[in-house]
Amino acid sequence: MVPEDCLFTKEHEWVYREGDVAVIGISEYASTELGDIVYIELPEAGAAVQQMDPIGTIEAVKTVAELFSPVSGEVIEINQAIVDHPEIVNRDPHDEGWFIKVRMSDSSELDVLFSHDEYQEYLGEQEDD
Amino acid sequence: MAQKTPLYEAHVERGGRIVEFAGFLMPVSFEGIVAEHERVRTKVGLFDVSHMGEIEITGPDAVAFADYAVTNNVAALEHHQICYTVCCGERGTVLDDLLVYRFSDESVLLVVNAVNTGKILAHLKSIRRGDVEIRDLTAGIAQIAVQGPAARDLFASCPTFASVAAQVKHLPYYRFLTARLDGDEVIISRTGYTGELGFEVYLPASRARAVWDEMLDRGKVHGAAPIGLGARDTLRFEPGYCLYGHELDENTSPLEAGLSWVVKLKKEEFVGRDALLAEKARGSARRLVGLAAEGRRVPRQGCAVSIGGRVAGAVTSGTFSPTLRAPLAMALVESSVPKDAEGITIDVRGEALPAKAVPLPFYKGTVND
Repeated sequence: MVPEDCLFTKEHEWVYREGDVAVIGISEYASTELGDIVYIELPEAGAAVQQMDPIGTIEAVKTVAELFSPVSGEVIEINQAIVDHPEIVNRDPHDEGWFIKVRMSDSSELDVLFSHDEYQEYLGEQEDD
Repeated sequence: MAQKTPLYEAHVERGGRIVEFAGFLMPVSFEGIVAEHERVRTKVGLFDVSHMGEIEITGPDAVAFADYAVTNNVAALEHHQICYTVCCGERGTVLDDLLVYRFSDESVLLVVNAVNTGKILAHLKSIRRGDVEIRDLTAGIAQIAVQGPAARDLFASCPTFASVAAQVKHLPYYRFLTARLDGDEVIISRTGYTGELGFEVYLPASRARAVWDEMLDRGKVHGAAPIGLGARDTLRFEPGYCLYGHELDENTSPLEAGLSWVVKLKKEEFVGRDALLAEKARGSARRLVGLAAEGRRVPRQGCAVSIGGRVAGAVTSGTFSPTLRAPLAMALVESSVPKDAEGITIDVRGEALPAKAVPLPFYKGTVND
């Protein structure tokens, strides 16, 4: 799930599309900004989620962030490995460190997300602030 | 415009993540807070603390003046001895916590928090008492903290410190030495903010980069690496050290924050004495406690602390403790809350997390070794 093939939210989640399933994680920028992640709370498989609803919590040593769902649909799988070993997300946010898979109810929602290039531009603007 | 310490470029070159803190651009982390934390607990780490303020008080009445300005007993210090203390206003609340270095009868140095340097300078100048001169030396002085069980080994490995290596090795806790190293006046004190064995080095800003690089280079064999502000905070938290803006502020008395040991009410006079005597007589309204929250969510500063559902205080600092692998908090709670209170909860983003009181400090390190 290389970053170049992913879509991104303003809240720094990434989405990788596999048919009608969205694989979701947090960007390398987010994992670096958060620092050492010590605890992750995820929704349960089967949960219904709405686009940009807070659906999870990411606790780092110094701070906490919410996970927002980039798409609407049903959670079909969660990554138990990152719940047991949150440091995986810091090490490998785009691959081993994925969070959840959601079966999308409306894939046109993907249209509002950033492409990789747009996300890089967005990060550049954030840095300038 | 944020200021840079003399070591700013060194931090950028070594990949430090830079944030603005107390008006300075400071590294918050290098390899990661947990790794840096563990390095200091088990090996040795170097901190750039050049943002701290250094205020010199000189003159025939320097000691008496400092003794009046702070709560601890500066008059009782020996030369080349240091005390930790607070500086209170007339209300008996904390303007800053600081170190006082006594050089001689006519010279003391106050080391204050960066965020409070201007405030303390103005406060000191408002105290009209005796024949003293007050000078802010902050801009010209760099400060490097060397902290961790291998701190002595690091000094022994650096050619710059060869002439004072034996003295550094045997320097007792809260004592300092001064030395002239290649023409530069340097102070080395057996102090720190981590709970581990450690030293703090004060040196001219112009010399800082060369010494920093040498310490990292020569210290590598002992595990030395730069440490950011993130780990500085988790390292001070575990031994229960107060941080200004968290446990201490202008609405908190040192008696509430567990610092009665630095408040010498038997001294005849000092700023805030009347208010603190009155507080002691009637009993403090709050006290500082340690809390361990159930689960893995982390209480943060400002989270309400309740007993039996009634709000009785607030978290002053909360973090995931890298050493104890658990979420812990310090909190100021009403003094009426019993030490073994049951039914404590911490409101973490709307969820009442059960917690239990645990004694402070959470952790004891090698500080006295």
